Amino acid sequence: MLQTPMADHAAPAVALAVRDLAVQFRSEQGVVRALDGVSFDLHAGRTLGIVGESGCGKSVTARSILRLIDHPGIITGGRMVLDPSTPREIDLASLDPESRQMREVRGGRIGLIFQEPMTALSVHYTVGNQLIEAVRQHHSVSVAEARNRATELLRDVGIPRPETRIDAYPFELSGGLRQRVGIAMALAGDPDIVIADEPTTALDVTTQAQILSLLRGLQEAKNISLMLITHDMGVIAEMADEVTVMYLGRVVEVAPVRQLFAAPRHPYTRALLRAVPSILARPRQRLSTIGGAVPHPGSRPFGCSFHPRCAERVGAVCMERIPDPVPPGQAGASCFRTEVPA
Amino acid sequence: MLIYILRRLGFAFITCIFISVLTFAIIRLPPGDFVDAYIANLAASGSSISIDQAEAMRRAYGLDQSIFVQYWSWMVRVLQGDFGVSMMWRRPVTEVIGDRLWLTMVVSLAALFLTWIIALPIGIYSAVRQYSIGDYIFTMLGFIGLAIPNFLLALILMYFGFRYLGLNVGGLFSAEYVQAPWSLGRAWDLAKHLPLPAAVLAIAGTAQLIRIMRANLLDELRKPYVVTARAKGLTERRAILKYPVRAALNPFASSVAYLFPYLVSGSIIVSLVLGLPTVGPLLLQALVAQDMFLAGAIVMMLGVMTVVGTLISDLLLMWIDPRIRLEGR
Ligand SMILES: Nc1ncnc2c1ncn2[C@@H]1O[C@H](COP(=O)(O)OP(=O)(O)OP(=O)(O)O)[C@@H](O)[C@H]1O
Ligand code: SF4
Ligand SMILES: [Mg+2]
Repeated sequence: MLQTPMADHAAPAVALAVRDLAVQFRSEQGVVRALDGVSFDLHAGRTLGIVGESGCGKSVTARSILRLIDHPGIITGGRMVLDPSTPREIDLASLDPESRQMREVRGGRIGLIFQEPMTALSVHYTVGNQLIEAVRQHHSVSVAEARNRATELLRDVGIPRPETRIDAYPFELSGGLRQRVGIAMALAGDPDIVIADEPTTALDVTTQAQILSLLRGLQEAKNISLMLITHDMGVIAEMADEVTVMYLGRVVEVAPVRQLFAAPRHPYTRALLRAVPSILARPRQRLSTIGGAVPHPGSRPFGCSFHPRCAERVGAVCMERIPDPVPPGQAGASCFRTEVPA
Repeated sequence: MLIYILRRLGFAFITCIFISVLTFAIIRLPPGDFVDAYIANLAASGSSISIDQAEAMRRAYGLDQSIFVQYWSWMVRVLQGDFGVSMMWRRPVTEVIGDRLWLTMVVSLAALFLTWIIALPIGIYSAVRQYSIGDYIFTMLGFIGLAIPNFLLALILMYFGFRYLGLNVGGLFSAEYVQAPWSLGRAWDLAKHLPLPAAVLAIAGTAQLIRIMRANLLDELRKPYVVTARAKGLTERRAILKYPVRAALNPFASSVAYLFPYLVSGSIIVSLVLGLPTVGPLLLQALVAQDMFLAGAIVMMLGVMTVVGTLISDLLLMWIDPRIRLEGR
């Protein structure tokens, strides 16, 4: 298999290592393997982009890390190690989701930013109420002190007049401001890891750009390890240091961002890149979308899951065997094309 | 917010006017007028009055005037607390009704609170533990509660209470307090008699409210803000009680409006069975005897109470939901 080191210079420490994560949703209709052996490393202070079409398991991955997958989803295997190879290392998969330890991780170590800034905040409480609650959950401070911190957080995320906005209800704010509140909420417990699940998908283009630059600024200022989930290759190009490409609950390619755009190795990545209407596309080039619909994870195609839509099949092997997964901690693709013939 | 309140008050006022017109129509419903009825009534008991006397009475009550004038003067008297004279009892209507109106309120409110107290925790439990054994049991009990007519339930409870617990069931007061003036002892006696009728009345409404609460909460539990609350590190209990439960509370506020008339009308039969001194049995007697001043007064009072209930429910909704509260801010 073709492999290259993740980065040329000294690689930063790994903040979160996910290995062989498997998640199933069991119902009367059958078992849906939403995640089927997902592995990746999130490096400290870096941005890991996770990209893939709708339904490939990006949100399930994010929720699994916080142990918040909806019933009837269960983690059936794998590890999610926080601070691996340090004395502090803990495997989140081994914790009880309701344990104090897990709740300290939520918001305290790992903050979560949501896609829908309207529905992710409760309309029944003021911004301040929800934010102060998040601050006090992880810092033993008085209400007054928590309120000061909450105001500062709102200022940090670029909300004008935070002293008055803190008493507003979410429905009194614009979508962009609401998403800023959502970011403030994720940061309230001073987490060192932030997972942003399509943080700009629901916003208009101008606001999108502002929120992305805010995220980048905050990441630098607070040295945050950012896991950025998106289905937009443009966002990946702009934000990510490393990229994990997912397809039907599996990781199909891992690469540093430059390498991914310059020399994508997996046919699925190439197809995604062709579909981007971006500066990368040559003028008047016809936009290509990937042919065929994403199969449901419940009816995963035999062999390489991508084979029904793959334009670059190497032969019968694609229909018969599953290509090896990308080796953990390394760049590579899970595809027979990239496997060196023995 | 002010606009909201004013609008609600306006609606309440208009509804009250409609109720009064309806009441007036009820009073005027029987053929002939009140004096004819009065004469017939006297004749039945063997006495009579002269035609002159009858005419004088008609003038005194303004029955020779146009219908609008009659309505107006009736309204003026009603607003002064004068609902006329009950033919059946030959006493002012207000005197006949006496405590009964307040006792009706007390029984209905007790039933309403009981409904809430039972429906809230069970509704939450059934939604959070959807399809658990407990959920199924409560669902089944709820349907049984909905299906049994409450007078039957009253009879059953009375039978068992009397037969096996030796309770003095029925009524709202023990014998020694029935005629007594209000005192702490009488109030305590009332409190002791309340649970049975309140429970009987509450059963069906409770079953209904549990279903609504469960469905609403199931909806809310799926919303992203619940994940946000969990992702902050809140305990499951706190995350659920503070956010989705709060959002699912709206039907509780609305229940004041729709359960109240239901409880009041439901209380008529239950009151008959349990021998409660509420307005229910009185209304029934008044209707049978065509005692229209009494019937009208009761209908009107219940109608106005219902309007007040609706108003309270609107204010509760406003208190629960900041979107309504801040309308037009
Ligand atoms: N609550 C659930 N019940 C059953 N299956 C689920 C549930 N949540 C997710 N899944 C399954 O997991 C798969 C992955 O879902 P996920 O939400 O992670 O996709 P995604 O990559 O985030 O897509 P999107 O871009 O639309 O957000 C879905 O296709 C679905 O089959
Ligand atoms: S393994 Fe075969 S089918 Fe799958 S992506 Fe590679 S070439 Fe295409
Ligand atoms: Mg998603």
